Amino acid sequence: MRAVVTVVGKDKTGIIAKVSAFLADKGVNILDISQTILQDYFAMIMLVDTSGSNDELSVLATECAGMGEKIGMSIHLQHEEIFNAMHRI
Amino acid sequence: MFNKYDVLETINMIEREHLDIRTITMGISLLPCVSGTAESTAAKVYDTICIKAENLVKVAEDLSKEYGIPIVNKRVSVTPASIICAPFAARSAKVGVALDKAAETLGIDFLGGYSALVHKGMADYERTFIETIPEVLATTKKLCSSINIGSSKSGINMDAVRLMGNIVKKTAELTCDNDGFGCAKLVVFCNAVEDNPFMAGAFHGVGESGTVINVGVSGPGVVQHAIESIPTADLTELAEMIKRTAFKITRAGQLVAREAAQRLNAEFGIVDLSLAPTPARGDSVAQILEEMGLESVGTHGTTACLAMLNDAVKKGGVMASSRVGGLSGAFIPVSEDIGMIEAAEKGNLNIDKLEAMTAVCSVGLDMIAVPGDTPASTISAIIADEAAIGMINNKTTAVRIIPAPGKDVGDCVNFGGLLGRAPIMPVHKQSSEKFISRGGLIPAPIHSNKN
Repeated sequence: MRAVVTVVGKDKTGIIAKVSAFLADKGVNILDISQTILQDYFAMIMLVDTSGSNDELSVLATECAGMGEKIGMSIHLQHEEIFNAMHRI
Repeated sequence: MFNKYDVLETINMIEREHLDIRTITMGISLLPCVSGTAESTAAKVYDTICIKAENLVKVAEDLSKEYGIPIVNKRVSVTPASIICAPFAARSAKVGVALDKAAETLGIDFLGGYSALVHKGMADYERTFIETIPEVLATTKKLCSSINIGSSKSGINMDAVRLMGNIVKKTAELTCDNDGFGCAKLVVFCNAVEDNPFMAGAFHGVGESGTVINVGVSGPGVVQHAIESIPTADLTELAEMIKRTAFKITRAGQLVAREAAQRLNAEFGIVDLSLAPTPARGDSVAQILEEMGLESVGTHGTTACLAMLNDAVKKGGVMASSRVGGLSGAFIPVSEDIGMIEAAEKGNLNIDKLEAMTAVCSVGLDMIAVPGDTPASTISAIIADEAAIGMINNKTTAVRIIPAPGKDVGDCVNFGGLLGRAPIMPVHKQSSEKFISRGGLIPAPIHSNKN
């Protein structure tokens, strides 16, 4: 199953390292990454494949949000379909 | 890969602009539950609902996490109870209590369908059923009731209108400890829709399938922010922006509705794109109208702004889903919308202006508190006015009015949570008694005769 991970927050060192290590630990494979700094704000969007993970998507989503709190970033993991539905005709 | 601005826009809508799925409502037909006695019917009703909706709350919570979009309410709507209670109408309360108990067991927020459809005529068993409503609403927690008293095709049943004035008053009196809270769970409709997922007016029409999932999406905050982003745009551009925003919101709703229906083994019914406000700041329809350029909702121009908003929302919704239904438009409940509350408190918004607004929005006079000593005939007359607007304009109109016991203009009722608070609004003091006491049927308008 494919999902989109978004990481938004104040820029600092090691965000990508922490997030990708966390995802690897959960068995989530990163397919694509796009990252920019918008007015001092770090914004990263990753397309991931969760089929290698033992956890359900809802569990992964909760864990990602928890991980975000720990490192002071807002992290969402959402089924990719929500973006397809809203932004593609 | 997705366009990152699209992705961030969605995140923003959810995090900052209160985009949510307001409700997943499972419609359940109770027709197979009809049996000879109140006891056996009530038992079957309880079992049927508990089996069909067993996983409703869990599925909604899972979907909410997976798609990262809040799902605020889980609800059930059922076949109008007056139909299944017909053989034992005087004991309908038994079924009412069973419905409420089922809602409690499932952990859902509301259950709608303690309803009757009497828009053309009222059988004895229907009258008896309606007379049980005040007691049932006073003794249950999550059960909602709605009565359809008119339609464009059949006219307005003024006998039912007269009766409902009394029922509303009695409901308020029986729940006087709580500012007449029972009335917040009672809606009087003209042109009621059979697939509405929103409360208190949801019921599962007899033309519907056995088990259906209807989803109500909301997002006044999203529309408000979209308008804010183009402060100098003319109204054509504004309408276009609202339409596009409505499209995106509806698509999110459709996705959740499809998935929920599949997981719950039910049919996908409709998506209802209604801008349903909550008392939270930034989640208000009134603030959208003010963002369009009004100093306060209720002033001149309000009806025009609301008409455009309602229409643009519908157009975006229809483009996004081939199964748009319910009420789909903008709601203007006074107590549930911080902008409306403030305008009413300052005296900028009165019942007469609200009535005009209901001619162009998707519902009617909603969550309006009036003085406790308002006569039943005046409440009936308010219902008749609304029904006339609905009947002539081929639209749904509703009245959910609270004659707050012991309170008068200057006081306020507070229901808390999503139901919010409402200042008592003045009503006209001149009597409508004779008009209401005439009874009979206001005939259907000429343009309804289309066959």
